Amino acid sequence: MGFSWNIIADLQQIFSLQFMQHAFEAGTMIAIIAGIVGYFVVLRRSTFVAHAFSEIGFAGAAGAILFGVPAVVGMLLGSTLGGTSIAVLSRRSSHRDVYVGIVLAFALGIGLLFLSLYTGYATEAISLLFGEILGISALDVARTLLFTIVILAGMAVLYRPLLFSSLDEEVAEAKGLPTLFIGIAFLLLVAVAVSIAVQVTGVLLIFSLMVTPAATAQHLASRPSRVIAISAGISLAVTWLGLFVSFYQPYPASFFITAMVFVLYVLVRLFHRRIRTPGEHRTDWRDRVLRSGKDYSS
Amino acid sequence: MSTIVLAEELAAGYSGKTIWRGATFKVDSGDFVAIIGPNGAGKTTLFRVILGLQQQLAGSIRVFGREPERGSPRIGYVPQQHVVDEESHLESLELVRLGLSGREWGFSLRSHDDRDAALAALGSVGGRELAHHPLAELSGGELQRIFLAEALVSNPDLLLLDEPLSNLDMRRERDLLRLVNEVVRSRNVAAMLIAHNINPLLPYLDKVIYMANGKVAIGKPSEVFTSESLSALYGIDIEVLHDSKGNLAIVGIEGHHGDE
Repeated sequence: MGFSWNIIADLQQIFSLQFMQHAFEAGTMIAIIAGIVGYFVVLRRSTFVAHAFSEIGFAGAAGAILFGVPAVVGMLLGSTLGGTSIAVLSRRSSHRDVYVGIVLAFALGIGLLFLSLYTGYATEAISLLFGEILGISALDVARTLLFTIVILAGMAVLYRPLLFSSLDEEVAEAKGLPTLFIGIAFLLLVAVAVSIAVQVTGVLLIFSLMVTPAATAQHLASRPSRVIAISAGISLAVTWLGLFVSFYQPYPASFFITAMVFVLYVLVRLFHRRIRTPGEHRTDWRDRVLRSGKDYSS
Repeated sequence: MSTIVLAEELAAGYSGKTIWRGATFKVDSGDFVAIIGPNGAGKTTLFRVILGLQQQLAGSIRVFGREPERGSPRIGYVPQQHVVDEESHLESLELVRLGLSGREWGFSLRSHDDRDAALAALGSVGGRELAHHPLAELSGGELQRIFLAEALVSNPDLLLLDEPLSNLDMRRERDLLRLVNEVVRSRNVAAMLIAHNINPLLPYLDKVIYMANGKVAIGKPSEVFTSESLSALYGIDIEVLHDSKGNLAIVGIEGHHGDE
């Protein structure tokens, strides 16, 4: 089974294997979800929170493994519970990062304890932390499909109010939108998305699908719908490519995924600086004050 | 001419602590009203009460003849702080659109309608050509026009503008005031504008609400900006001086911004 330049034959070979089929099916759904949800994670500057979810979920997953429950159940439980409490406790607090960091460190420690109590320590730990897309079962695929539908439906309903309250929270609130509820509902969707995305990226590499593609896409389009489409497109492309490449050599797919999104991000940032023409719309210090949201006048 | 806001012996504050009391005033459609006062006088608090985001502590307030209610589509609001993400290339038009459709759940089925309305709102603030510019690349004055368009897109009867001039230089300040004045006159909306400095506003104003020292003075600028009325407000001797161009200087209050 080696790589040939006949791509059709290669793909036929890959898809003749059931675990590769599962990997592609789950990977496709996860990539699209991560690309969509990731846009709002980046827009709301919730990257650290998303990371925390995945690590709190890690504690839940490790506990689930220890007690013989499917890891994804523990993951979901951990990330939603942890996520909701973070969302409620630290709302509008300037020290949110500190709270998140404290909870996160504690959760990781608990996860470590659970794993060391479990005998299959090493492999489980590695696949939880860094993803094990080639080990996805038919049941995992079905579960991923279910969660994907939930997240897509949730995002479709929330879309405009979420966009509004992310871009212009004060006006959205004055317009009567329940911004706290929207924030919590979104974080719950992030928790669900994280708990399926870790199958591909693992707990520690969650940013590679959840943050980097959206951050890259933000520089390529100016309308939210297009940014989301590009973001989902990027994470889909790197997931497929990562799977394809990892089929032919022994290194993990999540490494290739993280490497590709990183390179793409750097390229876009480098190129974009050059093709962008600020022209007359140059910024001065007054604009920066306004833009940084700093209350300068009172 | 219809009454938009009617306040009687209104008092407001936070967590039971009164910031100001005794505000009795009326804002009619087509009124351009400035709210002036030192920092912490409670100017934004008045907006929050009108918006239904905060309960008054005493007195009564009617907005469009009813108790203030959060989410009134008849109010267009531009808060003092807007955070524009420099990393994002979001275009102006998208933000203005949200002023109309951002409170609707689900996907838009009539996205062309709100696009057209948003373009029209941008046109009415002279910002039609900014529609496809990223927000992060606009100047302070251009941004204020976009926010004004976002507030205008739902065709409000009352505009609440919280310190729209605070980060603008004098020329942009004058341009924006002209624009707001034009909007007020042409659409017959009422505008309430919070500012630090009364002088650039003087040519346009119908009324002034002056907040200081826990008290509120209301009237025409020529009535409020007198040595007697401001002395009564602050409880100390204050002198209002006029220069040859009609500008006011307020003497006697340390750190006051009316005389900038």
